[in-house]
Amino acid sequence: MAEEEKQVTRHDVEESRSLFTPFNMIAGIFLIVGVILAFKRFTGGLGAVTNLDHNNPWGFWIGFDLLTGVALAAGGYVTAACVEIFGMKKYHAALRPAILTGFLGYSLVVFALLFDVGRPWRLPYPFIVNQGVTSVMFEVGACVALYLTVLFLEFSPAALEWLGMKKVRKLAIRLTMVLTFLGVILSTLHQSSLGAMYLIAPSKLHPLWYSPYLPVFFFVSSIAAGLSMVVFESTLSYKNFRNKMDEEHKKSRNAITIGFGRAASLVLAGYFAIKIFGVALGNHWNLLFTNMGLWFQVEMLGFVLLPCFLYAIGVREKNVKLIRFTAFWTVLGIVLNRFNVSLVAFNWQLPMEARYFPSWMEIGITLFIVTVGLVVFRFIVTRMPIFYEHPEYSTEH
Amino acid sequence: MSTSRRKFLKWMAAAGAAATVPEKLSAHEHFTGYPDSYGVLHDTTLCIGCRSCEAACNEVNDLPEPDKPFDDLSVLKEKRRTDDKSYTIVNKYDVEEHLRSPVFRKFQCNHCLEPACASACFVGAFTKTPEGAVVYDASVCVGCRYCMIACPFDVPTYEYNKALEPRVMKCTMCHPRLKEGKLPGCVEACPMEALTFGKREDLISIAQERIRKYPDRYVDHIYGIEEMGGTSWIYITGAPYEEIGFRTDLGITPAPEFTSGALAMVPIVVGMWPVLLGGIYAISKRKEQIAKKEKEDEVTRAVNENQAKADENLKNTKEKAQKDQEFAVEKAVKKALEEAEKNKDSGKEES
Amino acid sequence: MSETIHTLQEFMTQTKGVIYLLALGFLVSFTWFWTFLHKKDKD
Ligand code: SF4
Ligand code: SF4
Ligand code: SF4
Repeated sequence: MAEEEKQVTRHDVEESRSLFTPFNMIAGIFLIVGVILAFKRFTGGLGAVTNLDHNNPWGFWIGFDLLTGVALAAGGYVTAACVEIFGMKKYHAALRPAILTGFLGYSLVVFALLFDVGRPWRLPYPFIVNQGVTSVMFEVGACVALYLTVLFLEFSPAALEWLGMKKVRKLAIRLTMVLTFLGVILSTLHQSSLGAMYLIAPSKLHPLWYSPYLPVFFFVSSIAAGLSMVVFESTLSYKNFRNKMDEEHKKSRNAITIGFGRAASLVLAGYFAIKIFGVALGNHWNLLFTNMGLWFQVEMLGFVLLPCFLYAIGVREKNVKLIRFTAFWTVLGIVLNRFNVSLVAFNWQLPMEARYFPSWMEIGITLFIVTVGLVVFRFIVTRMPIFYEHPEYSTEH
Repeated sequence: MSTSRRKFLKWMAAAGAAATVPEKLSAHEHFTGYPDSYGVLHDTTLCIGCRSCEAACNEVNDLPEPDKPFDDLSVLKEKRRTDDKSYTIVNKYDVEEHLRSPVFRKFQCNHCLEPACASACFVGAFTKTPEGAVVYDASVCVGCRYCMIACPFDVPTYEYNKALEPRVMKCTMCHPRLKEGKLPGCVEACPMEALTFGKREDLISIAQERIRKYPDRYVDHIYGIEEMGGTSWIYITGAPYEEIGFRTDLGITPAPEFTSGALAMVPIVVGMWPVLLGGIYAISKRKEQIAKKEKEDEVTRAVNENQAKADENLKNTKEKAQKDQEFAVEKAVKKALEEAEKNKDSGKEES
Repeated sequence: MSETIHTLQEFMTQTKGVIYLLALGFLVSFTWFWTFLHKKDKD
């Protein structure tokens, strides 16, 4: 997918791209395997493709597709808050890619849930048939549904510019502020509630991960995840879609990296502190040197404190390379944390043979979903004004 | 669907009539559960592990054929759990240190007074009925399996191998049979009276009575009175509970209380975030305006300064020009005078 | 609604339901209130 051509116009790129680039080949394989697995899932039930059982009702799909997916899609609300509410206009170029990543991320989460829940056609039931308001999941569901709509509207100006629908676009632009506010409120709610979902199972989640602070942990770490994802995503995009970027986007790249790196460093520092407070709150110090405790330390020191310092060093020395690497490292750390909560530390008291390990088919379907996301992302950024400003509207904002 | 409809209407009515709800609606209220609700007492000291209860359960609930017939007692050796084909199982525990004979323990949904499953389900598929049974409504279930995550006793199971209409499966305490005035299938089938059906209050008295009468036979604890806020099924036994498959670390907090704090934060975020964010927005907006104004002022000042400088320059040049001019005139006059003088002198010489 | 509530579960079903409706109402009215508050700035 990496086009070597320089100085090519949009049409040249479109035509010169052969169908059999490495990206297309790999994507093709994942898609074909995915469709086969999906067929298996919807004809044979969950048991045909997953290793889930009566003790372990949630597996890889909830841990990665839902928990990690939502956390990594946090870039949308974080960037929108920075630019529109906190008034950091110099990061404006990061906004559209972040909104797009968020919108696609949430769409994929919902797409993935269609595989995971037993009767996906009933997903609207909690809202239209019977409201289980005492459930944290009800709140998550409501917020995700609303936020997906918000993201769609926030993203729509880019699509409308591409389609040349000026009047509708103007309407969408006028909604910007309301949407940004709503987006931040809804994100605060559901990012934290994903953690709160585990509050009901103190007897199953290891005490080092279980805490009444769980919702706060999830919310704060989602901010770090969002900031890091913006940096990480911009690194990848620059490699692959440089020819789509306008001067403003390229120029502000480093400023965005450093600014977001500084913010992420701060957030991680706070996150580390409240995690420690969490241990103190439950008086779980004695667990720190058990096997699970050592693993907890790996997460805390290697994937929270370390990136916090690496970010700080990168920012002080204006070392964008280091910041970009740290962003990647932090993203890994978020994946690790969500896996720990949902898979490793969950049901930790069960004997080894009763524990869950994902089947290759579960991972296969997740890869299928991620591939769909990448293909759609490429389709959009090669056509719509994401990395550049549409010439007709460039004087605004 | 009828129950859910009803619930929804109730819900809407509550919204409209919040003010008319009696004093019962107080946060400090201690909820004691439905009065006169039923339960079952399982006395493991009377249980012989005959599996008649399993067979009866299978029959009255129309469950599929088991892999091994119910009279095959060899399965007791394994540590089994319920699955989507069985609502109840009996396990055997060898507890030689405490008792000579093994202990048999029946396992099924405990029908909690404050069910975690009901609290967790986002379509409200579970209901704690006034009769005591916790029932599940498959007609609304989405299949998210959060109820299975939530249940501290690992009770609900799932039909993982059904593609079209997978259900959560769990003991119903034979709620339909109770409504007909019949006993639960397992209780009716038990040959040893290891299972006693009755009002929960009465069962607790019976259990206390047995422990008092035979203190050597029983551990002095009735499991289920307080565990997880209390359950409709209660147990007495002769061996320590943790050694016969009970979790003794669950605590006495009813499940809904674990999440009520987090849920209570939802309206706070909805109410306060707009205020907080609005404030930040106003500050950043104001800063932006000030910055803009300062820039403008800067520009005007610069312009003014330039203007002044230019004026001065002009004045200077003008003055200089004038001076130059004056000087030139002076010089010319002087020169002329000198010349005149010279001429005078030379004229003198000539004449 | 004069029947007594016997379980915490039932109590929460009612109160949380009311709160969700109120929160939704608040969000809508706050949007209006915001524009009401900032009207002067415009002209
Ligand atoms: S034992 Fe589990 S399934 Fe049964 S009522 Fe309690 S929480 Fe629900
Ligand atoms: S699986 Fe069904 S019953 Fe269980 S929580 Fe989800 S919707 Fe409710
Ligand atoms: S029928 Fe009664 S005695 Fe037989 S296994 Fe069941 S509870 Fe025990």
